[in-house]
Amino acid sequence: MIDVQEKLKEIGPYVEMPDDDMLVCRCEEVTKGEIRKAVHEGIFTIEEMRRYLRSGMGLCQGQTCGKLVKGIMAGELKVPPTEIAPASSRAPMRPIEMEILAEDGGVAHE
Amino acid sequence: MKIERYDMIVIGAGPAGLSAAIEAAKHGMKPIVFDENARPGGQLFKQIHKFFGSKEHKAKIRGFKIGEELLAEAEEYGVKVVLNATVVGLYPEKEVTVKIGDEVKHYKGDSVLVATGASENMVNFKGWTLPGVIGAGAAQTMMNLHHIKPGNRVLMLGSGNVGLVVSFQLLQAGCEVVALADAAPRVGGYGVHAAKVARCGVPFYLSHTIVEAEGEDHVTGVTIGQVGPDWKVIPGTEKHFDVDTICLAVGLSPMAQLLKQAGVEMADTKGGHVPVCEEDGATSVPGIYAAGDVSGIEEASSAMIEGRMSGVAIACYLGYLTEEEKAKRMEELEAALDTLRQGMFAPKNRGKLVEKTEEGIDVSMNLLEKGYVADTEIERYPGVTSQKGIHPVIECTQNIPCNPCQDACPKGCIRIGKNITSLPVVDTEHECIGCGMCVASCSGQAIFLVQEDVEPGFGEVTLPYEFLPLPKTGDIGKALGRDGKEVCEAVVTKVRTAPAFDHTNLLTMKVPNDMLMKARFFQA
Repeated sequence: MIDVQEKLKEIGPYVEMPDDDMLVCRCEEVTKGEIRKAVHEGIFTIEEMRRYLRSGMGLCQGQTCGKLVKGIMAGELKVPPTEIAPASSRAPMRPIEMEILAEDGGVAHE
Repeated sequence: MKIERYDMIVIGAGPAGLSAAIEAAKHGMKPIVFDENARPGGQLFKQIHKFFGSKEHKAKIRGFKIGEELLAEAEEYGVKVVLNATVVGLYPEKEVTVKIGDEVKHYKGDSVLVATGASENMVNFKGWTLPGVIGAGAAQTMMNLHHIKPGNRVLMLGSGNVGLVVSFQLLQAGCEVVALADAAPRVGGYGVHAAKVARCGVPFYLSHTIVEAEGEDHVTGVTIGQVGPDWKVIPGTEKHFDVDTICLAVGLSPMAQLLKQAGVEMADTKGGHVPVCEEDGATSVPGIYAAGDVSGIEEASSAMIEGRMSGVAIACYLGYLTEEEKAKRMEELEAALDTLRQGMFAPKNRGKLVEKTEEGIDVSMNLLEKGYVADTEIERYPGVTSQKGIHPVIECTQNIPCNPCQDACPKGCIRIGKNITSLPVVDTEHECIGCGMCVASCSGQAIFLVQEDVEPGFGEVTLPYEFLPLPKTGDIGKALGRDGKEVCEAVVTKVRTAPAFDHTNLLTMKVPNDMLMKARFFQA
């Protein structure tokens, strides 16, 4: 288990950067600065980041920004990107209308 | 709840998925293939260029033709392909949920092959979300599937094969490619692909990246800058271009989420999150297989072979083939795949600087840094000879697995030999008849015919030409050098088209004798 407090001490405080306002996740409009700040608030895995900022939770399901978010987090944590734990994969793997999902299994709504 | 059962469910109707389904169907299986797109073939139908390899890899055939052949074969063997069918879930018990129309349908497979391919990577820079910043794949979709010009003035980021091939296709579509940039210090893709872009006049900026995309509500310009060893832009090196489109070709990432959901053991690699699998595609979950880009980025030719391997493996797993039969077929396929993975661009050489060819000849550094072989470097390659009469000049300078030129020559002037990656050698013993079959057969458009003294002081250069409108005999224009700069005036003396050339026209132009080894493109 990673010691969050130790790691936070190790990476130092969040420092503002000129490109912090750059959008990274277009679907959910999450900026680079928000992701960097979140790391300094103890968000170290993609799974946590998705829940915390909703990055990668929109229409494209992180297809576009997944690798970028990972890279930014890795940079902030000073580790190679392969060390950032990926998010879990679960159905539905592609965006799907609630109406269709609700009828999954062929139960027609009355 | 109704569950339909199949002995093999394939997810993805691209080159890997279709090949696997065909191979399995050949052995008596009844596979069903789902694809979320409206058309089958994956990326194959966007590939209008001729493929590399040897005959068994369908070399010198254009990608979309290979796609048509695969579809015809799938039909012949009764492979069921369901389109607009989005797989939304894959479970360890090999249950597959598919959104088709307004319904989620449930299927169960005795085996499941995941061949979902890859998606394009993006990079972040100021203004990257502006309309006009697109993926190279998107540009290809617009041009080659929907016949829409993506823009007028384009900057391409990425010098891998995708960036190079799409740059050439943009030129073919009538776009102006103002520059090709890459943060890497050397061209990543095949030198022959780079050379055909460079001789059209596209400048290469290696060790350069995008600083900013400019514009209010769409792209109106771009600034690139040189990167230092720390990958940061060196102040003062910025260059501005007026463009309406920025095309990104910065790599692909496998789309392996379904495999992960199914509980397959995964590995986080530099090339993306991929399933751990055997050569035949078997994953850690019995009966679940992976083939093609989803298990590691390569290209369509290897994806097709990997697919065939998985098809064989699945047929054996379910008892349609004996272990011996499987081993025999696998041996053939392994040999074919192995051939494709040879040469300078082999997976083991990725990211490495190869300084000498297999023959011990120095690799052109100019080619790696500027996209073209310098006039002073070209004569050291075995395809470049000096002869009086008409003869081929083969500007093939890197060891890549490809040999159609050898078979194309009816006179036996061109020799590659058993080793498919060897540089082609032009034999001065056999007499060239100037038929041009080699010029049209070269997927890299690297073969030219050269003849001195067609008339006093003037000779002729014949080059592959894939642009419209096609120049006519008598047209006067500029001869461009390998660097895309004008070297002299040129007169078109002949334009040949033939079904055997498969849309590669042969343009012959007259230039002064001393320009015969310099002039490599014609601009009207």
